[in-house]
Amino acid sequence: MTESSIAFARTEMLPQQEPPLSERGIVKWLHENLFSGWMNSILTLLGLLSVFLIVKRALPWLLYGVWDANSLAECREAVAAMAGPDAHGACWAMIRERWHQFLFGFYPMDQYWRPVLAFALMIVALAPVLYYGLRRINMLMVGIVGVLMVLALIGVGTDAAHLLVAVGVFAAIFAVAAAAPTKLVWVTILFPAVGFFLLWGGSVWGPIGALAGFAIFGAVWSLLQKKLGVVVAAGVGLVVAAMWWLVVQTKVTTVLHEFLPAGLPSVDSDQFGGFLLAFVIGVTAIAASLPLGILLALGRRSDMLLVKTLSVGFIEFIRGVPLITMLFVASLLLQYFLPPQTNFDLILRVIILVTLFASAYIAEVIRGGLAALPRGQYEAADALGLDYWQAQRLIIMPQALKISIPGIVSSFIGLFKDTTLVALVGLADPLQGITKIVRADINWKGIYWEPLIFVGVIFFIVCFSMSRYSMYLERKLKRDHR
Amino acid sequence: MSEAINRKVDRSQMQVSDEVAIEIARMNKWYGTFHVLRDIDLTVQRGERIVIAGPSGSGKSTLIRCINRLEEHQSGKIVVDGTELTSDLKNIDKVRSEVGMVFQHFNLFPHLTILENLTLAPIWVRKTPRKEAEETAMYFLGKVKIPEQAHKYPGQLSGGQQQRVAIARSLCMRPRIMLFDEPTSALDPEMIKEVLDTMIELAEEGMTMLCVTHEMGFAQAVANRVIFMDQGQIVEQNEPYEFFNNPKSERTKLFLSQILGH
Repeated sequence: MTESSIAFARTEMLPQQEPPLSERGIVKWLHENLFSGWMNSILTLLGLLSVFLIVKRALPWLLYGVWDANSLAECREAVAAMAGPDAHGACWAMIRERWHQFLFGFYPMDQYWRPVLAFALMIVALAPVLYYGLRRINMLMVGIVGVLMVLALIGVGTDAAHLLVAVGVFAAIFAVAAAAPTKLVWVTILFPAVGFFLLWGGSVWGPIGALAGFAIFGAVWSLLQKKLGVVVAAGVGLVVAAMWWLVVQTKVTTVLHEFLPAGLPSVDSDQFGGFLLAFVIGVTAIAASLPLGILLALGRRSDMLLVKTLSVGFIEFIRGVPLITMLFVASLLLQYFLPPQTNFDLILRVIILVTLFASAYIAEVIRGGLAALPRGQYEAADALGLDYWQAQRLIIMPQALKISIPGIVSSFIGLFKDTTLVALVGLADPLQGITKIVRADINWKGIYWEPLIFVGVIFFIVCFSMSRYSMYLERKLKRDHR
Repeated sequence: MSEAINRKVDRSQMQVSDEVAIEIARMNKWYGTFHVLRDIDLTVQRGERIVIAGPSGSGKSTLIRCINRLEEHQSGKIVVDGTELTSDLKNIDKVRSEVGMVFQHFNLFPHLTILENLTLAPIWVRKTPRKEAEETAMYFLGKVKIPEQAHKYPGQLSGGQQQRVAIARSLCMRPRIMLFDEPTSALDPEMIKEVLDTMIELAEEGMTMLCVTHEMGFAQAVANRVIFMDQGQIVEQNEPYEFFNNPKSERTKLFLSQILGH
């Protein structure tokens, strides 16, 4: 090879040119996505055909939907009058008449403002968790939820006094969100007790006593933590708090209630139902299972044999047993293991077991995230002198949880949908319990699609929002700009 | 081999004092049944710059990882700055907060900004006020010459920059001893120089350093002692000039001929 044959020097640079017509715009998109070969073309056409057939069947049914009727028979007459005797039409009138049962079960109608306020407060309590310290979005959330809540309160026919109370509460929270968005965390911390009080009612001293137990736990823990270490101090704190809850609390709260009787009319658990029940169980279990799952995941990776064995045993046992078994344990067996006087509410028992169930799954998802972290992260944290809990909290968990977000949210979505299984222990879940009750009414006997669609749509909205939020979170936390 | 170091090293501050910084006596370590470290005896004076060399698997990384107890030794004694390393967690944390370590793969925290990486340990371990910790962090970022990257995330930096951040992160804890575990082995050749420069500056300020490295140019320019390890034992140690030009043991000669031969 001589040098002259390979020598080359460009004298002018080529400008950019438009791609050919087949490589841009809609033509390219159609070609790439729908008609990239004869096989794919056939599948596209088949797909279009099946969509057409489904719509052809379903559209008239939806279009001839009847909102104004008092029974299924009236619905059918209205459809026949509208579109001829052979036409089918949806009977939404049932939902117009029974929506409150789907939402609240048998909750006393004049007390509907309580679950509505509790639900609104729950979303506000979520705001600082989801968007910590972001003033604008927190204010926006509090504002929108407040307005929607007022509309809902008027919708369920709330009296002026309670409406005013709810508006006052929200105005106060809005002021906090505007002045110091990070302080909204207090709404979150206090919400479990406030929500419990609003939903079940009874003396105001009960929830305050329960909160005091947590305060006692915190105080004991922070006093002993320096001397005994984090784990032992937490154990001692838990014992003292449990003593308070089981032995002292009722005595103190009874006395206080005699001095200052304050509270709301109490509502029994068997009056709960519909989405109220699904949210009470689902949200509580979700909120409680995440911290429990984190502890179990750490326990499973611990060097301490006892902690490790207990964690592994717990996780494997819970995962090996169907949820329905756990629910039966909740409704039948759990009562035997508790002291005779403690009258443990059925919903509370179900919540506890659903939480345990979910936490085992969450633990395994988080363990996956922990395993994905390089060893170097632990070593770097150790080499800098961070102790175990600092390293977990500041270095390991933020990364492991980020990796586990899709899995955690999947578990949450599954858990929320699994709340419908409580129908099996006699609670009125929206899907089976309430629907059955509606159908037991002679007017609505034989109605199938409409309640399923109604309940399904609400479940979809909730689950889809969770899924979208998890995607937002993943994008927001993406740090490896590679 | 020494092309990475093309500056004059200022030795005026490099003084070895009589004070003992690290004392290791008859230390043994096993991985299961495998005897990784055998009867290690090593005394490091304050101000020493020691380079530890040896073939892979010779236990050199394990040795320096024992000094801040990332690895646990099974017999013998390790005393760092007067604190003996036992299973007592308080002692371990005390030693770790006074001994800085730089890793082969940097091990920066990817979810935190550079500044947060640097201030994390001072704030949580030393309980330094945030503002003061940030000032210290910016000072050391300036020393490793990347103050403008403070608000980026580690993933946005080059390997050499990440390693310099890792060095700065250790320095923010004001350590009295620095351990380097193959700090340049994961870097492109052009980035090795910037990291070595940072390490040389550190040595010029009189830091006590133990470096596991294959950069023999660095050893010749900076070290006051080179230790050669093989099969878990210290085979030879000497001052750099003697070590490279007049090795005593056959194993050392073989090793040097392999790494310096071409």
